Amino acid sequence: MDFFGLDCRFERLDAPVPIFGARVHAAQWSALALAVAEAKGRLVSLWGSDERGAGDGFAVSAAYATADGLLWAKLGLEAERPAYPDISRFFPAAIRMQRAARDLVGVEAEDAGDVRPWLRHGAWPADYFPLRLEHTGQERFEAQADAYPFVLVEGDGVHEIAVGPVHAGTIEPGHFRFSVVGEKVLRLEERLGYKHKGIERRFMGMDTDEGARLAGRVSGDSTVAYAWAYAMAAESLVGVKVPERAAWLRALMLERERVANHLGDLGALGNDAAFGFALAQFSRLREDWLRLNRECFGHRLMMDCVRPGGVARDVDAESCAKLRRQVTAIASEVAELKDIYDEHAGLQDRLVTTGRVTPELAARLGLTGLAGRASGQTADLRADFPWPPYDGLAVAARTHRNGDVAARVAMRFEECFESLRMIDALAAGLPGGAVHEPVLATRDGIGAGWVEGWRGEVFVALETDARGRIVRCHCHDPSWQNWPVLEHAIIGNIVPDFPLINKSFNLSYSGQDL
Amino acid sequence: MWHILKYIARRGRVTEPAPEPLAGTHRPAHLIHDEILAILGRALAIRHVDAGSCNGCELEINALNNPYYNIEGLGIRFVASPRHADLLLVTGPVSRNMEVALRRTYDATPAPKLVVAVGDCGCNGGIFGESYASCGGVSNVIPVDVSVPGCPPSPAEILAGILAAVQARPPSEAVPADFAPGFN
Repeated sequence: MDFFGLDCRFERLDAPVPIFGARVHAAQWSALALAVAEAKGRLVSLWGSDERGAGDGFAVSAAYATADGLLWAKLGLEAERPAYPDISRFFPAAIRMQRAARDLVGVEAEDAGDVRPWLRHGAWPADYFPLRLEHTGQERFEAQADAYPFVLVEGDGVHEIAVGPVHAGTIEPGHFRFSVVGEKVLRLEERLGYKHKGIERRFMGMDTDEGARLAGRVSGDSTVAYAWAYAMAAESLVGVKVPERAAWLRALMLERERVANHLGDLGALGNDAAFGFALAQFSRLREDWLRLNRECFGHRLMMDCVRPGGVARDVDAESCAKLRRQVTAIASEVAELKDIYDEHAGLQDRLVTTGRVTPELAARLGLTGLAGRASGQTADLRADFPWPPYDGLAVAARTHRNGDVAARVAMRFEECFESLRMIDALAAGLPGGAVHEPVLATRDGIGAGWVEGWRGEVFVALETDARGRIVRCHCHDPSWQNWPVLEHAIIGNIVPDFPLINKSFNLSYSGQDL
Repeated sequence: MWHILKYIARRGRVTEPAPEPLAGTHRPAHLIHDEILAILGRALAIRHVDAGSCNGCELEINALNNPYYNIEGLGIRFVASPRHADLLLVTGPVSRNMEVALRRTYDATPAPKLVVAVGDCGCNGGIFGESYASCGGVSNVIPVDVSVPGCPPSPAEILAGILAAVQARPPSEAVPADFAPGFN
């Protein structure tokens, strides 16, 4: 297919959501970015790869979400000078992805404004690129001095508050540099990458089944979303269709993962506004939820339950009945707690107008997923490109326009109820049949998966060599898009509201550090 | 307020007995409470450090605070600074980018200190192993007293690991015989 009149043939991948792939040349690379931006499309992901094994030099890939589906454009780069046209002028979210691609593969965005390292701190030298084929990924280097140039804010009474990487709660590591006057935040600069543990290098050389376990551990809170996106990629690469029952069970688990996270966040958000009752009650509901996960699927977080070709184990009729009974019980409890939240003036005072991201800003910066929907961005893959079984569920994508913490809380309540409705429908109408179809790549190919996780869209791009071994697997977390927006959401708020605002986004560190 | 109180009253208490240290059977809370007091002379203060996990272990550590496990009721609490901590609860693998931060956190914790490594990755690097970016298990970076395997281990398993570490504390490092809880 041809998109935006670019004279470039995109091939549709064999995936249940519309994903198209094409190789482009440099002029098309820039023209595509401009065309997608003008058509109000989104940048989903950007990553680099070393293709010298196939005699092709390096490559940089970009994935865009358009009204027709996802476009994966790959630009080949010279082995001697791997540089490509910067696309961050169209999509600000590309800045950190371009910096990461340089750190991992050594491909450079020409004329990019910010060229500071992102994932490379001091653990390896600037001329070492872990994803290049001449390296094994097992090299060890002496730690080097790590002097990261933060942007300085100057003026009368301005001072800095440095927080992290080790934070005060049970939370992932990252560094936040606040520039404040009194209590008011003038600027926040994030520095992430502390959890970079070499996941993308680890994928290289695995077979597609081994890769599934690793993909399920990119971000533990989204393990089902990643496992499904990865499985979709592997299945589209081989050309296998999963049995209907397996697809239904996957959706059942994905919606259960969404509810589990929303229950946890709703309690934690109340707690961050000093409403301890909320944490106690929501964490109790979450525990009930996880215990039934363990009973029905064999794992509290449902890790390794989705695998290429289907799901790891079937559920029986008795489990389905339990799942349905729990939906009824939890729905009535959450409804009651929502009334308590709505009536609580002190709580609402903390939530309303705090950490606002206007729809205009959200659109410009590419805010995605749940946080995007709280700021008027309507995208939800389950509603936009309903693949089985979502095509029969009539998913109602909710949006709010206030873009504050209260809107992100409201989104969670509404999505919770919508997911509970879907879980009930899925458990009630589960079709019969097998739950797994063997899938193992034995040849070279490309595949991709794109799934609406609880936080936002999770994307996986997968490439294998002639023996079916993984040569490149890129996993993309929606946190890449949303972290930079958090820096804007805090501006003008007071420092003590940061935990609340941060929690209302609840972004993944592990998913973006890889 | 009436609504909140009614909600609380209707749900009642859900707290369950705590597990045996690193075993399956359950023990009543007051025994554990007394034991922690006998060994430490006060509540056990834990500082959690995520040194590079996938965040799965964090979800289960957070679950320890829910009413079912109610660890504060056992005399265990999470603190915000390593300087206030008796025990570090570390999840990993330890990424190279977190190596220095973990060492500094360990150094900032007053002796005698305990370290519990949580999860398969904390035990030996797990699926991420050792590489240019990962140091592998926690014990490759700081001394570890107890390791709790699992991916992720359940809250009860993590709690059993914490209790095992407290019990394994060498008597010489325990509280002086003349120590009385409270101000002294």
